Amino acid sequence: MKQWTALLLLAVITALLTGCGRKTGPNGEVIVYNWGEYIDPDVLVMFEEETGISVIYDEFETNEIMYPKIENGASLYDVVCPSDYMIEKMIQNELLAEINFDHIPNIKNIDSQYLIQSREFDPDNKYSVPFCFGTVGILYNKTMVDSPIDSWDILWDERYKDNILMQDSVRDAFMVALKRLGYSMNSTDETQLQQAKESLIVQKALTQAYVVDQVRDKMIGNEAAIGVIYSGEAIYTKSENNDLEYVIPKEGTNIWIDSWVIPKNAPNKENAEKFINFLCRADIALKNFEYITYSTPNAAARALITDDEIRSNPVAFPDFTQYDNLETYRYLGEDATYQYNALWKEVKSY
Amino acid sequence: MNNRRSKFLAAPYALWAAGFILIPLGMIFYYGFTARKGGFTLDNITAIAEPGNMKALILSLILSLISTIICFILAYPLAWILANMKFGKGSFVIIIFILPMWMNFLLRTLAWQSLLEKNGVINTILSFFHLPALKIINTPYAIVLGMVYNFLPFMVLPIYNALEKIDDNIINAAKDLGANRMQTFSRIIFPLSIPGVISGITMVFVPALTTFVISDLLGGGKILLIGNIIEKEFTQDGNWNSGSGLSFVLMIFIIISMILTAKYDTSKEESAP
Amino acid sequence: MKHTIQKIYIGLILILLYAPIATLIVLSFNASKTRAKWGGFTLKWYGELFQNEAIMGALTHTLLIAFLSAVIASVIGTAACLGILHMRKRTRTIFLGITNIPMLNADIVTGISLMLLYLAFGASFGFSTVLMAHITFNIPYVILSVMPKLSQMNYSTYEAGLDLGGSPAYVFFVIVFPEIFPGILSGFLMAFTMSLDDFIITHFTKGPGIDTLSTKIYTELKKGIKPEIYSLSTLLFLSVLILLLIINLKPDKRKEMTAQ
Repeated sequence: MKQWTALLLLAVITALLTGCGRKTGPNGEVIVYNWGEYIDPDVLVMFEEETGISVIYDEFETNEIMYPKIENGASLYDVVCPSDYMIEKMIQNELLAEINFDHIPNIKNIDSQYLIQSREFDPDNKYSVPFCFGTVGILYNKTMVDSPIDSWDILWDERYKDNILMQDSVRDAFMVALKRLGYSMNSTDETQLQQAKESLIVQKALTQAYVVDQVRDKMIGNEAAIGVIYSGEAIYTKSENNDLEYVIPKEGTNIWIDSWVIPKNAPNKENAEKFINFLCRADIALKNFEYITYSTPNAAARALITDDEIRSNPVAFPDFTQYDNLETYRYLGEDATYQYNALWKEVKSY
Repeated sequence: MNNRRSKFLAAPYALWAAGFILIPLGMIFYYGFTARKGGFTLDNITAIAEPGNMKALILSLILSLISTIICFILAYPLAWILANMKFGKGSFVIIIFILPMWMNFLLRTLAWQSLLEKNGVINTILSFFHLPALKIINTPYAIVLGMVYNFLPFMVLPIYNALEKIDDNIINAAKDLGANRMQTFSRIIFPLSIPGVISGITMVFVPALTTFVISDLLGGGKILLIGNIIEKEFTQDGNWNSGSGLSFVLMIFIIISMILTAKYDTSKEESAP
Repeated sequence: MKHTIQKIYIGLILILLYAPIATLIVLSFNASKTRAKWGGFTLKWYGELFQNEAIMGALTHTLLIAFLSAVIASVIGTAACLGILHMRKRTRTIFLGITNIPMLNADIVTGISLMLLYLAFGASFGFSTVLMAHITFNIPYVILSVMPKLSQMNYSTYEAGLDLGGSPAYVFFVIVFPEIFPGILSGFLMAFTMSLDDFIITHFTKGPGIDTLSTKIYTELKKGIKPEIYSLSTLLFLSVLILLLIINLKPDKRKEMTAQ
């Protein structure tokens, strides 16, 4: 009986010691909804100190988990960081507010090529401010493959059975298969998708595991020879394991952009704009880049990078003109999304 | 006894259960019988017969059954030994088995990944002794291991509680009447421990049947269980209708298995975890 | 001989149970940020832990929610048990059946159904929605622990108390309560632990800024767990362990616990 009492006391004391209840800053608050581990926590502290706006920070794991929370309005957020195709969906479903760019003078720091790329999903650049971008490619371990890799074909190579890590997300998996077959990754053509599905089923036998960002740890730990990964992880993984190399396959790939948007029902829209503006400041964007290692579209920040090797790193900052088959995900509408999901389920449960 | 007044002590719970258990359940039913674009449908229920879903359901049933059996085989002797040790401090035993749960469930399962991986801890140790490597990560075996690991305490505790409660006098009486040890066990002890066994089976089988985290982390995403499918319907596909429909079917399976186990539960006494 | 085998058996099971825990503890001293590589021994994550507001905030929420939900569930659940005991058999079966629902339902279904409920009633998601959800799935654990103790109880003592002129409340606190207290406590502990460990239900019922350790860990699971999380878990685990050891090694009589 004493044990329970003691446990109880321990719980209460810890709760009291760590303190609870948060204070709202003198200039109100801003509610941020971002990917997990996608910002330097110091940046949030700096923002709070400089503006007197307190940050309420929340994280999501996938675009799909984020979407219904915004759609049903159960929780109100001021500023959210979805990816390209999801932004298009949110625009179509009228969930986003137009951003007042007069409040975001730092938009000038963003390299215009990314704003142009953004027009694929946000045609007039009215709703979104790019935060991070990257490609999807192959990370391979030089000591475990016998020749340099340049094609998605390697993921179907029998020799690497059980040594392949595949992305566990519908769009990324189908992107790989569709691109390899020479189709658009935004295809909604029934036969093309069936073909892609068939080839993914073939590939499943060779795959060690379907994972999301765990590719990172597994590749560092030499668990697999080849993995499909986001370019943002490439710099980090290489720093932990020098045998790893990242390549954009010749068949082309996805350039994704994660951008800040403001939901229509945001309670603190002006603070949200202040927040976005703050993140576009060169020094802040640089600090953030150094923390998360995902490429920043902020040209001014890139210019501040002291390490030459990183500033002109083709993995972090690829020259888009070198590739002619890079695409960005589009929102394909409800029916096509449904179809993709159904096909993916067939692959996964095969 | 003031029966009538005492009954009202259950009122707060009755209200709570109505508001937080029954109404939400009703909403699941509502979604389950509604088509994605509105209107009544049975499609979400019959979707269970689709090959992918059926396969996942059968696999879930098999894996959770195996895990339950393994848990039982491991837990019964353990509970027996512990109960016979007569610690005189029952809580200590309970705590030894609950303590691991103070480490987060996700972390514990993730730790198994580190242990089982190709270059993981176990294989490093095995190769040090020049033993063949253990290759079970990303296979159903790893999922079963994860299930057994995570749910074993739920089997041990109820059985232990049931065994501990058995009065020594009954056992002694049986012996005095000439029963040998086998007979004492099969005629006296085991029947008396059945409520504990039943509640253990329930508490292992159900979470094992519905899990998706364990299969995700230890199955390498290559093995879909019914829990994974339901989770994906809700979170990835945003298709709440078919997610609800499948949950409804799963619920039926759970209820059926409960009825089956309850049939063997001859004594009507409830037992505590 | 028999005892050696028994001890070996218990030892093996304990190894199974504690191997992952040991792994996590080792990882908390790993200088490398990734779990895949050993980067040397360090204590720095323990230092950084206490400066990490997000993690400390999540810890506060976790403990607070676990504590409050377990207390409230214990009160509601114990009262319910007393009521259920006096019901007719059929009502009783229905009640216990309903009680089983949250335990039998997949967590994800419970979580989603509660989310749908909150949405339908326009509740704003936050601390209280998570707390209510936790109370909901905690009550059954309390009922399941208290009910057997209550049915084992000898009624004649209760009635004798009443006959001797005690008020029902007085008789309850003096006679019934001490009898069922171990049941309430183990229900409380079970509820506390369940709440501490829950991820899925919290995930669907939480609002912005209300992270618990589980939801925090889940967002990090995909991106790689922060080493601070390992050190926090280690501290949490060790503090409970040490506390229990101290209490258990102290030679005193705890007769009421043998009733467990």
